[in-house]
Amino acid sequence: MTGRRSLIVRGLACSRGGRTLFHDVDFALEAGDLVWLRAANGYGKTTLLRALTGLLMPDAGTIARPGGDAPLYYVAHANALKGDLTVVESLRHHARLHAIELDETTIAATLGRFGLHARRHASTRALSQGQRRRVALAALALGRADATWILDEPYDALDAEGTAIVDALLVEHADAGGSALFTSHVPPAIDAGRLRILQLDAGLAT
Amino acid sequence: MTSATTVFGAILARDLRLAARRRVEVLLPVAFFVVSASLFPLGIGPEPQTLRQIAPGLVWVCALLATLMSVPTLYATDLDDGSLDQSLLAAGSALPVACAKALAHWLLTGLPLTIAAPLLGLLFDVEPRSVLALAASLLLGTPVLSLLGNLGAALTLGVRSGGVLLILLVVPLCVPALIFGSGAVVALDSGLSARGHFSLLAALLILTTLLAPPATAAALRIATD
Repeated sequence: MTGRRSLIVRGLACSRGGRTLFHDVDFALEAGDLVWLRAANGYGKTTLLRALTGLLMPDAGTIARPGGDAPLYYVAHANALKGDLTVVESLRHHARLHAIELDETTIAATLGRFGLHARRHASTRALSQGQRRRVALAALALGRADATWILDEPYDALDAEGTAIVDALLVEHADAGGSALFTSHVPPAIDAGRLRILQLDAGLAT
Repeated sequence: MTSATTVFGAILARDLRLAARRRVEVLLPVAFFVVSASLFPLGIGPEPQTLRQIAPGLVWVCALLATLMSVPTLYATDLDDGSLDQSLLAAGSALPVACAKALAHWLLTGLPLTIAAPLLGLLFDVEPRSVLALAASLLLGTPVLSLLGNLGAALTLGVRSGGVLLILLVVPLCVPALIFGSGAVVALDSGLSARGHFSLLAALLILTTLLAPPATAAALRIATD
């Protein structure tokens, strides 16, 4: 762990529909950090993640990204896939959007890793929910190693094999100096020594 | 953060590719344009003088309606499937997204309508000179419609029954383009110079190009908040 901070959150507060979801949330993400964001339903996990990406304006507080030009990748509940595009086209669009240089071997390796190689020319509409989730997560593997990942329920719809792939991907990303903050309803099978837990309950993060 | 031009290019390329996959849907506005305009002679009667007189206005009204046809779904699908979030996130700004969507919309509706318009002009027995003027007025006017349609789509994004609101918002804004667009052809037909109309139409295009994308971008920000 290098200790380089990729995300610093101070006094964050958000409300939805006039109801305060959380306030005074303070935490920092460091390079190599894997943080599991926990809270009961309706406590604003998704809202917090969206605020961190900058898509949502918080009511109060600051979010700093001292990592310079280190990018931030966000995988939301929705997979952001167009049913008319194929798996490869979807990944290429993602790469183009984030100015990531791609070569054929990287794409092939990533598709192989996520068990999507046989379906690479299938339109994403023809895929199962779990396979679509895999495509959305495979896009992460194409990006830069120093990126900050914000993942909203990455294990959603994944089978045991898919879950294991994501676990391995997260650990590998942290080892390479990246950081990730994710939510999950089930405890991730990541070594407890590697995982930090951020509890977001009753408005107070610990 | 990706540069604005890269995001612009990525979204434009994706939207055109998606359109190529759904050719029938893309052809719908043009089909609507041609069919609705060619129904008028049947309703009004085959008097050539009357048809020649009403042709510019008629073609323009049909173009306006055909352009607005595909507007409600412009951002709605992107918002639903989460790709709008990804686009906004990559650029760090909504402006390249708004510009790319507007250009893609014009290339897929405004441009085909402009190309199809001379055909309708011939159908109504309009003079060749006026047919040219009609196409030119559409070439200047349809981008205005696309930009305003984009703004309306972004403003009504996520609003229930936004389609009605969209029409109420956008149609009044499109009226100047309609007046000067069809006015140019009418002026030419009555032996006057159409230069004034074209200048105003061009001014309208410049004004809309400058003002509509930032407003659309702000509306997108609000919609995804």
